[in-house]
Amino acid sequence: MKNMKKFGLGMTLSALMVITAACGGGASKDNSAGTDKTPKTAETKELSGSLVVSGSSAMQPLVAAAAEEFMAENPKVDIQVNAGGSGTGLSQVAEGSVQIGNSDVFAEEKEGIPADKLVDHKVAVVGMTAAVNPKVGIKDIKKEDLIKVFTGKITNWKELGGKDQKIVLVNRPDSSGTRAVFNKFALDGATPAEGITEDSSNTVKKIINETDGAIGYLAFSYFTDDSVTPLSIDGVEPTDENVQSGKFPVWAYQHSYTKGEATDLAKEFLDYMMSDDIQNTLLKDQGYLPVTKMKVERDAKGNQKDI
Amino acid sequence: MNSKTADRIATGVFITIAIIIISILVGLFYYILVNGLKHVSLDFLTSPSSNVRAGGGIRDQLFNSFYILLLTMLIAVPLGIGGGIYMAEYAKPGKVTDIIRSCIEVLASLPSIVIGMFGLLMFVNLTGWGYTILGGALALTVFNLPVIVRVSEDAIRSVPRDLKEASLALGITRWHTIKTVILPSAFPSILTGAILASGRVFGEAAALLFTAGLSTPRLDYANWNPFSDTSPLNIFRPAETLAVHIWSVNTQGLIPDVEEVSNGAAAVLVLSVLIFNLLARWIGSMIHKKITATK
Amino acid sequence: MEKLIPAKERLLKSNKKWMDGELRGKILVILCAVIMISVTISITIFLGSKGLQSFIHNGVSLIEFITSKHWNPTNQASPQYGALPFILGSFAVTFAAALVAAPLGIGGAIFMTEIAPSWGKKILQPVIELLVGIPSVVYGFIGLTVLVPFIREHVGGLGFSLLAGTIVLAIMILPTVTTIATDAMSSLPKNLREGSYALGATRWQTIRKVLIPAAMPNLLTAIVLGMARAFGEALAVQMVIGNVRDIPSNILDASATLTTIITLNMGHTTYGSVENNTLWSMGLILLIMSFAFILLIRYLSSRRKM
Repeated sequence: MKNMKKFGLGMTLSALMVITAACGGGASKDNSAGTDKTPKTAETKELSGSLVVSGSSAMQPLVAAAAEEFMAENPKVDIQVNAGGSGTGLSQVAEGSVQIGNSDVFAEEKEGIPADKLVDHKVAVVGMTAAVNPKVGIKDIKKEDLIKVFTGKITNWKELGGKDQKIVLVNRPDSSGTRAVFNKFALDGATPAEGITEDSSNTVKKIINETDGAIGYLAFSYFTDDSVTPLSIDGVEPTDENVQSGKFPVWAYQHSYTKGEATDLAKEFLDYMMSDDIQNTLLKDQGYLPVTKMKVERDAKGNQKDI
Repeated sequence: MNSKTADRIATGVFITIAIIIISILVGLFYYILVNGLKHVSLDFLTSPSSNVRAGGGIRDQLFNSFYILLLTMLIAVPLGIGGGIYMAEYAKPGKVTDIIRSCIEVLASLPSIVIGMFGLLMFVNLTGWGYTILGGALALTVFNLPVIVRVSEDAIRSVPRDLKEASLALGITRWHTIKTVILPSAFPSILTGAILASGRVFGEAAALLFTAGLSTPRLDYANWNPFSDTSPLNIFRPAETLAVHIWSVNTQGLIPDVEEVSNGAAAVLVLSVLIFNLLARWIGSMIHKKITATK
Repeated sequence: MEKLIPAKERLLKSNKKWMDGELRGKILVILCAVIMISVTISITIFLGSKGLQSFIHNGVSLIEFITSKHWNPTNQASPQYGALPFILGSFAVTFAAALVAAPLGIGGAIFMTEIAPSWGKKILQPVIELLVGIPSVVYGFIGLTVLVPFIREHVGGLGFSLLAGTIVLAIMILPTVTTIATDAMSSLPKNLREGSYALGATRWQTIRKVLIPAAMPNLLTAIVLGMARAFGEALAVQMVIGNVRDIPSNILDASATLTTIITLNMGHTTYGSVENNTLWSMGLILLIMSFAFILLIRYLSSRRKM
């Protein structure tokens, strides 16, 4: 009931709308077994209004696709999903110009964001690992060696038992979320040495593939062919299962932030993002891991614990 | 080495340079069109782009490019002509005119990314609009205004003096002379200049990155209500243009068929610019013929 | 004639409202001029205040910013804000591009005005105009797909390099240089040429000893304008230069420029953070440089008048 009051305050639409919105939210939670099959009769279920989502370019396709399906089910709803970068998304949601801000890092990690005012919704998990040019001849690397490679202490692959080939680093921009995650969990916070810097995973993959001795890092979804070799770290293979069980350390949440608790349509949409429908199909399509299947969780400081 | 030989060598060098320049252009166009046109089909032009899967088109980007161009021109041309009239007819030599001239010069030489950053401050953050078509068009107006001012000032100045003097001698006021005598005869040159400038606006990306954004919402082309969120005509929606699309799929994109999409988009972009160019020439020469024939 | 008749009719019809129109017209036109001034001023003020924030507000040292070569804004413990590598990178590609484009552009201009004034101009002029029309992202894209692999395989290095950036920029500024240089050469008085030929000089001697020195200030203006464009170009360079934060030691090293760092990081950083503010400071440097280029051009044109 409290919730309903809250809704009522913010809404300019009819009281009926409010009730249906609240019911809708409750229903999808109760039926977490994955039955949104209950026919959406127009009178009780219809949602309307518009929602603006902004942020991480990497998350934009995922959220846009989910929004597409959500809008197909609720034709009166309009959701705009803008890209522009995690920083932009967090800034905009903090100042209230969008309702949801997507980010591939915790808001706490970004400077100048009132993280305590934002509420985190972890909508997906992405695993990533180091990738090398196939000719390097290495499939497994110790974490300490990986750190040495990226900090420039090891400069030739033969020191690690690979081909006699100079190591070429492929980095991401300083402010990139992917870089932050990789540095934190794969390099234990070490600052990587200089290398070519590219923002796009496609470009990174292309450069690793075309350049002898190149090493970079990519999300699991990019390992679809043999053009680059994903590395196991300390003998742990970079697989979905190992990430879910917490054995493989390099993974990150994809966050959707709202300013204060999510309300109205934003809540509906975020609930929808967490529904089995999206978590088990759409996420997989786009190479993400469902957050609902994780056996471990992590806080903004990077501490990991079992659920 | 005698001077005759030196002369011949020099001539050879200059001809080589000319050949280099021409072959650069031919090479570029050959590459763009040969690689690009095979990806351009009706389907490519009319299907929406995809963010993750292969096989996306450029429908929305193409529309956005033209729409932003149209809006930019709607704002920039009247302003620019006004500025041109002021510079050519009203400005008295002195400090104020110098300042305005410097302003035009500064605006003309600003890097487009700086204009984009200004647009981000002004039209995105300060106004609270977020990424919008209008913001993009305004940023492009800043980018384009000095060109239009210059073109129209030149065009107005090149109107024969006797035309203007005859009108003034009839006792017609200055503004009226401008409106009814000078502008009509300067119009062809202004039009040509504006179309040429359109080509530049059409291909501009850096100024739009931070103002019109990198994404396009779902558009419903049957919806012509400019205030609806899904309407393509809504000026308060974000819009990725063709040029921005080429940049973003290459540097941040997730789609696997980057090369195909960007080759195709580049070909469409270059062809559009080419058409603007030819159009400007054609209109210019046609009007020129008409005017000279009537004299 | 068709044009004048409606004009006359309009003149007679609107007889009464002349004076109102006069005032309105004047206000309208002056308004346009005022808008231009205010846009310029507001750009300067906005970017100036935003760009200075990192120094005033966040306490980044200006000296460190422009002289330190260590750029590491994300290091939580001891962030470093040295933008020197990017400033140097910007200057390096700009000068290198000018070095390539200047001889080509001026050579092309001389070809059009001196060697083959009749047919040469007819061919080269449209070529130059079409080169202007190719959007910068297309240059960048072709650089990425053709030039970078070519350099990697045939010249050496990683492909992403100063050299790639230089070539892309040189082609981009070539039309600017050529157009202005052509204007400069063709505006030289005819008697210069004729006098020189009459003294028995060959064409090359005339060009080298008479025409180029006479057109020098204008030719320099052409090069400076080209450099101004190269300095501010962002996207095409970003796609080919590799974006490495180290100071390049040779032309095959990857590098970064002010513009590439801005475009790479703007979206990822949060508005108002130190990191974001330093990007605005880089934008301010770009703005200041474009003022500097204008002053340089002013200086050159004042020399021309003397």
